[in-house]
Amino acid sequence: MKYEVTPSEKKFVGWHLVIAIAALSIGSLFGPLQAFEHAGLDLYPYLKPVFQSYYQGLTLHGVLNALVWTTFFITGFLDLTIIYGLKRSFRYPVLNKVGFWIMTVGLVTTAIPLLLDQATVLFTFYPPLKAHWAFYLGLTLVVVGSWVEGWGMIGTYMAWRKENPGERTPLMSFGALITVVLWQIATLGVATEILTMLLPWSLGLIDGVDPQLARTFFWFTGHPLVYYWLLPAYISWYAMLPKEAGGKLFSDSLARLSFWLFLILSTPLGFHHQYVDPGVPATWKYVHATLTYAVFFPSLLTAFTVVASLEQAGRKRGGQGWLGWIRALPWGNPSVAAQLLAGVLFFFGGISGITNASYNLNLVLHNTAWVPGHFHLTVASAVTLSFMGISYWLVPFLTGKQLWKPKWAVVQSWLWFIGMLIFSNAMHVIGLLGAPRRVPLGLAPYVPEEWSGTLLRVGIGGAILFVAVYLYVVIMASTVFSKVTATEKTEIPEAEALINPQATPGWLDRWAPWLVATFALILIAYGPQLIVQISNIALNAPGGRFW
Amino acid sequence: MTTKTSMHIDPYERTWMIVSVVLLLVFLTAVSVAGFAMGIQLPNPERRVDPQTVATDPDSPWYKDNVGLRELAPGKYEAYILAQAWQFTPNEITVPAGSRITFYVTSRDLQHGFKLENTNVNMMIIPGQVSKLSVTLDTPGEYNFICHEYCGTGHAIMFGKVIVTP
Repeated sequence: MKYEVTPSEKKFVGWHLVIAIAALSIGSLFGPLQAFEHAGLDLYPYLKPVFQSYYQGLTLHGVLNALVWTTFFITGFLDLTIIYGLKRSFRYPVLNKVGFWIMTVGLVTTAIPLLLDQATVLFTFYPPLKAHWAFYLGLTLVVVGSWVEGWGMIGTYMAWRKENPGERTPLMSFGALITVVLWQIATLGVATEILTMLLPWSLGLIDGVDPQLARTFFWFTGHPLVYYWLLPAYISWYAMLPKEAGGKLFSDSLARLSFWLFLILSTPLGFHHQYVDPGVPATWKYVHATLTYAVFFPSLLTAFTVVASLEQAGRKRGGQGWLGWIRALPWGNPSVAAQLLAGVLFFFGGISGITNASYNLNLVLHNTAWVPGHFHLTVASAVTLSFMGISYWLVPFLTGKQLWKPKWAVVQSWLWFIGMLIFSNAMHVIGLLGAPRRVPLGLAPYVPEEWSGTLLRVGIGGAILFVAVYLYVVIMASTVFSKVTATEKTEIPEAEALINPQATPGWLDRWAPWLVATFALILIAYGPQLIVQISNIALNAPGGRFW
Repeated sequence: MTTKTSMHIDPYERTWMIVSVVLLLVFLTAVSVAGFAMGIQLPNPERRVDPQTVATDPDSPWYKDNVGLRELAPGKYEAYILAQAWQFTPNEITVPAGSRITFYVTSRDLQHGFKLENTNVNMMIIPGQVSKLSVTLDTPGEYNFICHEYCGTGHAIMFGKVIVTP
């Protein structure tokens, strides 16, 4: 039995994608400008009437791509995986609708000060750089809206659970729920930061903020945010990609175990973003370093299960030998090609990530160009390129249209892959040499001549990525506006598992113990420091506008 | 309908899981040895200051007449450095090769960064906090210290240098 997603549900999910792709297409204007600036070609002066500075461009790039494109795509995708997996419509559709509207209003509220150069504070908005209050209010609304949509999804699951006692939650919906719950817990940090400090301060109700405490709240959210981006890609890699590749999911129970481990381990380790902060004791940094290594375990599990599923698919398609199965995978399917290439880039992203996370090794890398080099392999590749791959079936599914020029979509995936290899490799290298991140290096007096070759590669990679991202936008728009209706109906690829999920142990489908573990670990890892930092709060940094 | 449940783990997958855990333990051991046996450590809370008076109070080590290098003993120095948009004060200090310098850096306005090139000195500079790390500089030359946290329009020009004389 399959669930027929209704036209109005398709439209609802579709609007999430429209906003996501619109954000990506604006945010990506600036990526190449930054890369070209590094390579010695600063185009920002020519944009002066509209965009004031490199930093305004960088802020728009970060906010629109890393926060808006992801959040809207993810929310729409999770909506779909909830109803399709559970085979029922939303229990409280009004929650999903209201949530979506709050997010959209929040986005517009954030966008106005951003576009007017009133919030050039980058996507981490570290105080006491002070943005216009509308920026903080808008961000709050985006988060609150995503909460409300999340409640709609959780409510739908609870209704399904009542109707289907004893059934294993279908894997795609299971992954979606964990993503939603992780997000609700994680965002408590940034919500506290904005509501108790940034918003009242930007409105003039309090004179200053405590920047160190603000960082602690921010990074409480900042690391699980990474998993909020990543888990929807994992949902696709586990519960969809094996089917698209012509095989089955290798292990249902270990897929579920990984998702639970991400839930309990992704929050209590935010201090690894604050290794060089003066206000956090090294002992607690070490505790969080240990937990960071622990959260690599489910990622390594995922690597095995996904590759094993793909190998099994490749062999079924006639692939032989140690590596022959890789060639046998359906590389001509753009959705598969994009996600396979995303996985390869993620392999490198994992290596640079574990290097960042390695306690004192971070002293070499913290806030160097290595860091954006790293996260362009993760959020901008593992996540973004996977989302592009997902849209190559999702948009035809939602619109009933044929994908516009699938061969170009394959080319698009490879362009992204090649552009990102060049760009991110150069960024890692220049970071190791000591180049700071977030700097228009063309203007920096301390940049030695020897870096110019590497900086040129940053620019070349950026140019290729520029072509790749707008090729994606063109393919999406041409598909949506195509007058040709598809001859073949696109289905949602739902992978079967090799072993019936009903045989998966019940403790892998029960929430209570895992939620208890999640909160317990947060209390242990964050409780003592939160008490110390909050009880020593000093709201004495007035800050201001410095751009 | 009930199905017998069991946790099925493929033998290859079991091996992979064991290898994964061992690998992560090796990493943890490596950074622990570097941290605790070799003393490559991260910043610890030093003291709190009031960012609004830290540069104007004549008793503050970051007051304009007090900042800079202090020699504690031959080859042993403390460097008090004030960060503000968009400069370090002082922005140049000179020590002989082989010196041990402990940096005490704070900010009077925004968050800044402090990374001393080609060393393990890398710190966030946060208003209200004092960032402290030490380094021994054996090789003569110029070492830039660069602001690596965005601090507004002039961020790209914010740097200073330690000159190590032979």
